[in-house]
Amino acid sequence: MSDALVPYDEALAAFDPAMGLEVHIELNTVTKMFCGCPTEFGAEPNTQTCPTCLGLPGSMPVVNGKAVESAIRIGLALNCDIASWCRFARKNYFYPDMPKNFQTSQYDEPIAFDGYTDVLVDTADGSEVFRVEIERAHMEEDTGKSLHVGGSTGRIQGADYSLVDYNRAGIPLIEIVTRPIMGAREKAPAVAKAYVAHLRELILGLGVSDVRMEQGSLRCDVNLSLAPIGTGELGTRTETKNVNSLRSVERAARYEISRQAAILGSGGSILQETRHWQEVSGVTLSGREKSDADDYRYFPEPDLVPVAPSEEWVRSLKDTLPEPPRVRRDRLQKEWGFSDLEMRDTIGADALGLVEETIAAGASPQAARKWWLSELARRANEQDVDIASLPITPAQVARIQALIDEGGINDKLARQVFDGVLAGEGTPDEVVAARGLAIVSDEGALSAAVDAAIAANPDVAGKIREGKVAAAGALIGAVMKDMRGQADAGRVRELILEKLA
Amino acid sequence: MGDLIRRSAADLADALAAGETTSVELTRVHLDRIAEVDGAVHAFLHIDTEGALAQAAASDARRAAGQLASPLDGVPIAVKDVLATDGLPTTCGSKILEGWIPPYDAEVVARLKAAGLPILGKTNMDEFAMGSSTEHSAYGPTHNPWDLDRIPGGSGGGSAAAVASFQAPLAIGTDTGGSIRQPGAVTGTVGVKPTYGGVSRYGLVAMANSLDQAGPVTRTVLDSALLHEVIGGHDAKDSTSIDQPLPALVDAARRGAAGDLTGVRIGVVKELTGEGYQSGVQQRFDEAVQLLVGAGATVVEVSCPNFVHALAAYYLIMPSEASSNLARFDAMRYGLRVLPEGIESPSAEDVMRATRDRGFGDEVKRRIILGTYALSSGYYDAYYGQAQKVRTLISRDFDTAFYSADVLVSPTAPTTAFRIGEKLDDPVAMYLNDIATIPANLAGVPGLSVPAGLADEDGLPVGFQVLAPAMADDRLYRVGAALEALLEKQWGGPLLDRAPTLEVAR
Ligand SMILES: [Zn+2]
Repeated sequence: MSDALVPYDEALAAFDPAMGLEVHIELNTVTKMFCGCPTEFGAEPNTQTCPTCLGLPGSMPVVNGKAVESAIRIGLALNCDIASWCRFARKNYFYPDMPKNFQTSQYDEPIAFDGYTDVLVDTADGSEVFRVEIERAHMEEDTGKSLHVGGSTGRIQGADYSLVDYNRAGIPLIEIVTRPIMGAREKAPAVAKAYVAHLRELILGLGVSDVRMEQGSLRCDVNLSLAPIGTGELGTRTETKNVNSLRSVERAARYEISRQAAILGSGGSILQETRHWQEVSGVTLSGREKSDADDYRYFPEPDLVPVAPSEEWVRSLKDTLPEPPRVRRDRLQKEWGFSDLEMRDTIGADALGLVEETIAAGASPQAARKWWLSELARRANEQDVDIASLPITPAQVARIQALIDEGGINDKLARQVFDGVLAGEGTPDEVVAARGLAIVSDEGALSAAVDAAIAANPDVAGKIREGKVAAAGALIGAVMKDMRGQADAGRVRELILEKLA
Repeated sequence: MGDLIRRSAADLADALAAGETTSVELTRVHLDRIAEVDGAVHAFLHIDTEGALAQAAASDARRAAGQLASPLDGVPIAVKDVLATDGLPTTCGSKILEGWIPPYDAEVVARLKAAGLPILGKTNMDEFAMGSSTEHSAYGPTHNPWDLDRIPGGSGGGSAAAVASFQAPLAIGTDTGGSIRQPGAVTGTVGVKPTYGGVSRYGLVAMANSLDQAGPVTRTVLDSALLHEVIGGHDAKDSTSIDQPLPALVDAARRGAAGDLTGVRIGVVKELTGEGYQSGVQQRFDEAVQLLVGAGATVVEVSCPNFVHALAAYYLIMPSEASSNLARFDAMRYGLRVLPEGIESPSAEDVMRATRDRGFGDEVKRRIILGTYALSSGYYDAYYGQAQKVRTLISRDFDTAFYSADVLVSPTAPTTAFRIGEKLDDPVAMYLNDIATIPANLAGVPGLSVPAGLADEDGLPVGFQVLAPAMADDRLYRVGAALEALLEKQWGGPLLDRAPTLEVAR
């Protein structure tokens, strides 16, 4: 059963969207939020646990100081005020992947509050700065992870049994909550995407998280509601979860606008609920019904003492913040000599950091841009994944360019090297060796191939002898085909012209 | 060797040092005593014969090598079943934890082991420490050695009865609203609730985190001081633990026993005497105050007007925290799991519901419901919020009182031990038994109960409570030891000498 939709333009003609974005950032601290367990991703299930993160009777939490520092730095980077005194609170609800059946979080005393951040949004008429107001950023712990086995949906309904991995339980999270984003109109989905991309860039710059959406170290919930156009009201919202890529952020927002408009347009009303984004089908599906009556019975965590960062500490953290994303972009554009358009495309492709790392690994700015924006952006698009999640590193891209610069391969062969690396065949050098992709520089072999091409194409050879140099292309093509592309096309051309002079 | 079990821990430590006995022998005589009398007393939920004897043998080996771990090395101890013990069952007196064996030691237990005290077993308690009589244990009540038809106090009735019936020279209790001191009072033993944060709570299965505190249960004040020094002090695993050295407790106890209290100002709390206090209790208390005056102390009357709200505030804060703490018992990871009847393929939620229904007793359910209600949105400010304000006022009352007195005193409990079953149907009457002990928990200050004699009307023990400012636990020991020495001089020996002899099972 699929929901009715109205075309996007029609939806906007009748309604104003309002959005609230809740982003969870998994910090990259070495240990968990309240215990000494390691946080490494991908370990055997339930090997990174202890009495505290398993919530065993009698166990107690101790706050990870590094996590507090990271939270403050994120807050400062988002222009927030930092609380001089705040507490953790228990959020009480039952769920099997939550060991204590309460989450240790923060409630009315967040560590950071009242901030904003300026986001660069791509529009049809160029880039536009959009200010997103930040309501709060607070610290909390992650839950365990359930795996529902059996049944068709992978969800708890219909499953035969469920497995829970508590390795993730207790990993430090920072939840960043925006104020309602109003007035973005048709750009709302683009603002959502740009905000999350901006946040990712900002947090990467802080070095406090890997912010990998596909691994869940950045998770975004999109709250969206519609109100009749021009009323400035807030309608009933839905909260869409499971939005695991930048593209999905935009698509999910767009989908909800069309879906909600269809319901409201036909006189229906929106159910306040949690919805789940379906990456493959591109729709949101109804999850748990949510109401304002959800009562988490928050109260201050009695096992922890208040967090009271000193003014001097906060000031020193503020003084040592890295440059903000916009300043960084301006600096990089200048350093790389990119045009405005080149810069915009690079940012639009979400490849700024990748290009920067590729240049740092030795490639020229133009070469780095070329590979990421042409070859790799195209492949990411074809596979419908974020460019950063392609299985190739900036260092490998730089190495491929170095092979070209050394004359070992040409652009055409380079594309095959990309194929090989992306297919998991190894490093660029390993792919070149395994696939036998090196350019033939043996003059004897080249000369023989040219002679053979001339002999096989007497008409073309005649034209060249008569001075029609442009006809050489056909002979070059024949030689390259003969050499399976592994020849230096420039040298082939020289040889042809020499022999037919 | 029947004499060994009646001696104080300090005496036993001396006997070990003098080579008169060994830790293995001490441990064995106490295990024998448990076998003889615990069928009638039911102080223990679990006895670790093998483990205790192994620890005792290790202690004897240390002694032979001249490498003692602490002054109490080799003296056996019993531990309340609310503290996690690696490899030993820990039930908290609840069916929901039946069969659970923790994979780790509570910090208090780890310190006992490090100090070389063999652990005899785990003692009975009201379920999750919720009660004042140990009748709410899911494993049956503990009986008061002074009269087996009466309650031994609660929630730590098991620890107090074990010590009072000479089944252990020492025990650990925990005190959230009086669970160490009130059992001490009604069994004629000594119990100390240290300053909040003075003893690590890591591994103490929490009832109310902001109130709970583990402490010594002994037959003498000096023994409590010795044990307190073993288990107390900062622990980085408990964020609420105070990062300061303990005061010199043993020194204070020895000094107090010399009987000179010159210059000590004793504050009698007006709100904790008089109406509601049994006449024999009041009488012994008044006499004890006069003895202290005789030892050189001055007495002032102090008023703590907000103490009258303490019980109400306590019964909002404690259930609120408890309702959240007990949420983890959901049959998913450990403990009891009950499959609901009449449901084909029950969901996780069905199993949680059935397990909690069967696994928790009525008093626990009552407090979960109270706490859940008090924390609910729309009620939070009126209940939990107000209770926290009362708590602040009570702390201020203490501050003011300690301005004019070095210690505050009161009867520990308003009555002597009541009969088993007597107050089971009247929760409020039961709660009232903690009226004098609860203020100290709300304010985090330390308190001690020491025997003050027997009430004339029923011949049962009466407790005398001493309260001191936070981190001034040494004052408890000085005043407590002085009173103990003066009274024992009058009595011609310890109060427990007057307890009836328990019939020995063979
Ligand atoms: Zn852990």
